[in-house]
Amino acid sequence: MGIITVISTWLIPLFIFLVLLTATWKKVPAYEAFVEGGKEGVKMAFSLLPFLVGMIVSIAILRSSGALEAFVGLITPLLVMVGIPPDIVPLALVRPISGTAALGMTTELISTHGPDSFIGRLASTMQGSTDTTLYVLTVYFGAVGIHRMRYALKVGLIADLIGILASILIVSLVFG
Amino acid sequence: MVNIIWASMAMIGILYAMVNGTMDEVNEAIFASSGEAVTLSIGLISVLVFWLGIMRVAEQAGILKVLTKILRPAVSRLFPELPKDHPALGYILSNLTANLFGLGNAATPMGIKAMEQMKQLSGSDTASRSMITFLALNTSSLTIIPTTVIAIRMQYDSASPTEIVGTTIIATTISTAGALVVDRFYHYKSTRRN
Repeated sequence: MGIITVISTWLIPLFIFLVLLTATWKKVPAYEAFVEGGKEGVKMAFSLLPFLVGMIVSIAILRSSGALEAFVGLITPLLVMVGIPPDIVPLALVRPISGTAALGMTTELISTHGPDSFIGRLASTMQGSTDTTLYVLTVYFGAVGIHRMRYALKVGLIADLIGILASILIVSLVFG
Repeated sequence: MVNIIWASMAMIGILYAMVNGTMDEVNEAIFASSGEAVTLSIGLISVLVFWLGIMRVAEQAGILKVLTKILRPAVSRLFPELPKDHPALGYILSNLTANLFGLGNAATPMGIKAMEQMKQLSGSDTASRSMITFLALNTSSLTIIPTTVIAIRMQYDSASPTEIVGTTIIATTISTAGALVVDRFYHYKSTRRN
């Protein structure tokens, strides 16, 4: 596993080195190109701002009112019947909606149950194997101004469900 | 659809607060979270400026083209609508590679560039087939190094912080494969209706 850590720390600097080397070799004005591309980044970040404020505030209202928690409590017995461990249900439900909330829950699960417990391993796998669908949708479609997203949300949420079920199955098989 | 979801999350929250007396918390959350969102966007500036700058250099040096050429056979199958030498493919590949190594920071700017290219192709504000496929790949988060999780596990003194890498790879592979199948299903369903 040490090799994976080495690869991930070397990857970015190495990539930058190769890009700059090739650019210099081909006599591309590297610094000017960098500044040109970077200007675009400033514009992009500002155009993203209202999309993120809107989505994050709406989710925060839902969370702070206690409605999200109540919903999770309501649906938990149903999911337990399907064989999903009750401790993990809130994380599974929140993962596609709020990245920060999910990360907080994962951290909390790992600290209470221990990183090497079944729940700890399951939370780790779940956190790593799916992304925050709502955030990805907001950022990517928001940045380029896509207003009609058709079946994108459906696909994202079903993919999350598949990821969660796959995590439970795999962790039970490997560590169970 | 996103309009309804967005509005109902806030409305349900406010209604629930009315009944359960959590209005104070809601008030606080509205202002705290909008501040958080601004901090998040401002924080994105550094990453976006740096990576879009480097990617522009890479593009002008012809690196994106080479990358596209090497991996094209695999990716053009996933994106049959995109022309063979289109720059969108290069950005999609860079985004997927960055995701694969758990470099979310680098992945986002490249993903946005890919979206921009695909929007130029379709020329409308409706999500195209390729955009949705690309989104499906990103939400199922194909990764081989879940860096954040490993960091948390280290923090809590795990005997083996990286032991979940294997299970994560398997779970993410299944969810990505599932996402692609579901994406195809809805695509064919929508074309049949028209």
